[in-house]
Amino acid sequence: MNAIDLPLNNHDNPDWDSGTAELGHLLKPGELDLSHKVILYLEDITVSFDGFRALNKLSLAIDAGELRCIIGPNGAGKTTMMDVITGKTRPDEGSVFFGQTIDLTRLSEPEIAHVGIGRKFQKPTIFENHTVFENLELAMKTDKRVWRSLFAQLDSAAGDRIAETLQLIRLDAQADRLAGLLSHGQKQWLEIGMLLMQEPKLLLLDEPVAGMTDEETERTGELFLSLAGKHSLVVVEHDMAFVKQLGSKVTVLHEGSVLAEGTLEEVQSDARVIEVYLGR
Amino acid sequence: MRPSPARTPLIVRLGQSFDMRSWQMAGLFAAFALFAVPIMHLALPPDHPLHLSTYFITLIGKILCYAIVAVAMDLIWGYGGILSLGHGLFFALGGYAFGMYLMRQIGRDGSYQSDLPDFMVFLDWKELPWFWVGSDSFVWVALLVLVVPALIAFVFGYFAFRSRIKGVYFSIITQALTYAAMLLFFRNETGFGGNNGFTDFKRILGYSITAPETRVVLFGLSALTLLGTLLLARTLVTSKYGRILTAIRDAESRVMFIGYNPLWYKLFVWTLSALLCAVAGALYVPQVGIINPSEMSVANSIEIAIWVAVGGRGTLIGPVIGAFIVNLAKSWFTVSFPEYWLFFLGTLFIVATLYLPQGIVGLCRKLRAGMKRDRHPLAPAAKGVQA
Amino acid sequence: MRTTGLLFCGWLLSTACLAAIDPTLLKPLASEDSESKIAAIAALAQAAPDEALPVLKALADDSLALAGERVVIVDGARVLDAASHTEIKPTPAATETIGINNRVRRELSGALAALRLFSTERAVRWQAAQELTLSADAKMLPLLDKALAVETDPEIRKRLQLAHAQASLGSTEAGVRLAAVRVLGESSDPNVRQMLLPLTEKRGDAWIEPDSAVRAAARTSIRSIEQRLAWADNLGRAFTGLSLGSILLLAALGLAITYGVMGVINMAHGELLMVGAYSAWVMQGVFRAYLPGAIDWYLLAALPVGFLSAALVGILMERIVIRHLYGRPLETLLATWGISLFLMQVARTLFGAQNVEVANPVWMAGGIEVLPNLMLPWNRIIIVGFSIAVLAVMWGILNLSRLGMFVRAVTQNRAMAGCVGVPTGRVDTLAFGLGAGIAGLGGVALSQIANVGPDMGQGYIVDSFMVVVLGGVGQLAGAVWAALGLGVFTKFLEGWTGAVVAKIVVLVFIIIFIQKRPQGLFALKGRFVES
Repeated sequence: MNAIDLPLNNHDNPDWDSGTAELGHLLKPGELDLSHKVILYLEDITVSFDGFRALNKLSLAIDAGELRCIIGPNGAGKTTMMDVITGKTRPDEGSVFFGQTIDLTRLSEPEIAHVGIGRKFQKPTIFENHTVFENLELAMKTDKRVWRSLFAQLDSAAGDRIAETLQLIRLDAQADRLAGLLSHGQKQWLEIGMLLMQEPKLLLLDEPVAGMTDEETERTGELFLSLAGKHSLVVVEHDMAFVKQLGSKVTVLHEGSVLAEGTLEEVQSDARVIEVYLGR
Repeated sequence: MRPSPARTPLIVRLGQSFDMRSWQMAGLFAAFALFAVPIMHLALPPDHPLHLSTYFITLIGKILCYAIVAVAMDLIWGYGGILSLGHGLFFALGGYAFGMYLMRQIGRDGSYQSDLPDFMVFLDWKELPWFWVGSDSFVWVALLVLVVPALIAFVFGYFAFRSRIKGVYFSIITQALTYAAMLLFFRNETGFGGNNGFTDFKRILGYSITAPETRVVLFGLSALTLLGTLLLARTLVTSKYGRILTAIRDAESRVMFIGYNPLWYKLFVWTLSALLCAVAGALYVPQVGIINPSEMSVANSIEIAIWVAVGGRGTLIGPVIGAFIVNLAKSWFTVSFPEYWLFFLGTLFIVATLYLPQGIVGLCRKLRAGMKRDRHPLAPAAKGVQA
Repeated sequence: MRTTGLLFCGWLLSTACLAAIDPTLLKPLASEDSESKIAAIAALAQAAPDEALPVLKALADDSLALAGERVVIVDGARVLDAASHTEIKPTPAATETIGINNRVRRELSGALAALRLFSTERAVRWQAAQELTLSADAKMLPLLDKALAVETDPEIRKRLQLAHAQASLGSTEAGVRLAAVRVLGESSDPNVRQMLLPLTEKRGDAWIEPDSAVRAAARTSIRSIEQRLAWADNLGRAFTGLSLGSILLLAALGLAITYGVMGVINMAHGELLMVGAYSAWVMQGVFRAYLPGAIDWYLLAALPVGFLSAALVGILMERIVIRHLYGRPLETLLATWGISLFLMQVARTLFGAQNVEVANPVWMAGGIEVLPNLMLPWNRIIIVGFSIAVLAVMWGILNLSRLGMFVRAVTQNRAMAGCVGVPTGRVDTLAFGLGAGIAGLGGVALSQIANVGPDMGQGYIVDSFMVVVLGGVGQLAGAVWAALGLGVFTKFLEGWTGAVVAKIVVLVFIIIFIQKRPQGLFALKGRFVES
């Protein structure tokens, strides 16, 4: 477990602070404010596409350091919710706050990434024409403006961090392979690795274990559990065994709003949830 | 600690893998352009078998300028994934900006013996329009060449990329942009000579523009600029910036969600590409002696894309090869079989897109990889950069 | 009908008892002096309008002559007495033609026009009234009064009233002029405006029109004429805009299928238009050679030929090149550009580099005059109608036919459509052929109003893409609105900026518009949906 902790120990890394200070204009009123122990608020979010309500007055709060699973049938609005949080989709109504002060609906996707939200897509999206090493290098938290990238040099600390993450996601033997040549499960891990390199405070993971072997799935679960506490995680998953492994609070979405919330056992015995899943 | 090769990303190593050889090639090329060509043109008598004719110097000089444009196009298309069908505009704008200086250098030697360029006298204009002010200064005009097309590209690109216009939409509106500009420059009132554009240049920096020495200097400058462009482009695409650029090409949303703003990345390469085109245009005009609005035609801009496609996208050297092949073929066809040129060009477009996705460079790499594999049956297949 | 019949009877009666003209009135016609000739013409016209017509006509035709002292009309071999209009026998030995100079001729034509006002033919009266509107002067007032008294046709009456008012402008009485100016205010003829303008101007220090009330009325009248003129102008522009829009639509409709629905960037689309246009030219040649009697109908035969030949070219393109490039729009763009170059050169080799001449059939010539300054040419009207018809057919095919259903199925979900047994490959080919065929139809129509040559396609490609992109990909209605909107907008802009600037402004407008509303416009469907 120690290996897993290592790359993520840079929380108090002064670089991060100075980096954010430089990017002050991106961080609306400044730092992430966790004074109320809540990292993410969604309030009455409504999103409609051509009359279809993908999200319907959805409200949700994620605590700092919490690991939360989101389940729900197809079309329940899970991916749309992630789109709203990461700025890909703007809600028609409602507010999204990161901590107490940062209004996510006013930020662009890169700005949201900068304030500390990382996202893993449903379909693994990695840079297939870059090597595994380069994928991690690009994701690494650093000054991401054009001018810096033009003259950026990889220092040894950064190299070490990449090496550690490579070990963590068990791709150190594949470092110089093109990412496009990896297996599906390896691609999922690479994307998770990229997320870790970003050092986000909140991780959004859309079906992270789809296409993984049982062993890989279990290792992923261990990884997530070790991340919880220092990071907040929101995991959207269909795989109930995996959700069970995580053993966290579960939120059930249905038709764009929260249907039930509680432990897995609680929601599984909830009559409405059973109805939604099994049909009436 | 991992061994150092892992530190150096693959693309950099690909770049370095033929660095030594490409340095040698570059040196050879520079020596040829800067020493051999002048000697062969100026010192050897015209009947000497190694003598280079004026026609040859002009033709190759022209193609060198095209090659610069092709490299600029490769940066934006091969690496950025953005197909511009409006690069002819920036090339022509650079040409026009420098053409203004050449027109002023004519002085009173024009057919109307006026201080104003002939076409203005013809239109009965009494004084220079405001945007011609300072055009008699080489430095000012050189500045215009660098700034104006780049500025236009910047503004246009800013709005286009900010609105996330990509793929064919971007291609189509760049096409509309250059088409609109062509119509604008066709008008006499625009102040750039209308249909006829600028021609009949006499001097450059006081030297006769038709003198063999001037031609040789212009030729050398074009060759050096091409070399510089290649070096700059290579440095750029092997930097972290280049890796982000190709990442944007392949998976833009992923790039955004890891915190890079693609707008500025695209805008930088787009503007740089336009600037390189403008420089090429400025070198082109004194060599061919004319610039007119047809340089901005839609067809011209698309032709640039085919140079790149034929040579090989995302290879930098490929577009140079492509520019040479297509333009040499063009000058041969238009002299020998003018009626077959469009058949050839049309077929080239089709064949290059259908059968040569990586262009000639890609084909050579594949062949070489095939030969290597034959010699060492156990060696894994070489992986090329997919563009 | 009955009134004209009655009038006709009246005319017959009056001719039957054609009173002889007083020969003293005729005499001055032969005078050497132009002034007295003019006076004689006026006097004659006024005294005996019915009888004067043949005489004055003869004078205008240089067949009025002097036989001794008698004024006679030479009609071929016959010689008629001008006064009594009876043949003189024996034929006088020598006649001396009465010559007239230009000044007299002008007066004469005015007088003749006035006399023709009494013709039984409505068309003759109408034309005469129209001519008079431009040349009436005070001397014709009595004649016009007389004509007004008998004229019953409301349109001709209106014309006559205008002419009357115009003639009254020269009156010395301010009241008459005032009334005239007011009547003239109802005209919508630019010439009337020209006529009224001097009344509001000064010559030196003095007003040309001394009476201030008349001046004020003139100003009001001018304003109302101008308003009407502007209205007609705008109407005209709206129509030419509509016509341009329908041309754009014809050019873009095929693209709406290949690009809009199938997502294929076809840069050779303009050349498919060219194929259609050349089909019209070829059919014209075929008809000239084999069916010269039916030459006016070659265009109808050209429609199926244009459709099929363009569709054939399209199908070949799809089979040979485009199908290998699905999902790679940028490559498709380049490859189809190559095809376009190829087709251009084929046209040049087959038909020559020069533009060919395609003539309008007779039934497309001419037009409808809606207002004095507004004429709607038939060929434009027919093209507007034709584009509507093509649009309707295309809508029908896409929405009602089985092919249309397959096309929609394939564009929405290719894999699924294949699974349920839709022959996706064949659907692609057919849909592309359909789009190409419609481009061919557009080309046939374009041959009637635009140049037909190897380069013609290049001129439409940018415009067509603008229409489809502006209208929103995948929507026929969008393409229609965009085409019409662009057409009308361009024409109105041309009104005050000139054609080239208008075109530039439109392009820049589209570029800006697309950047402002990329989402709304690019309602992406089918293959274009972004991951």
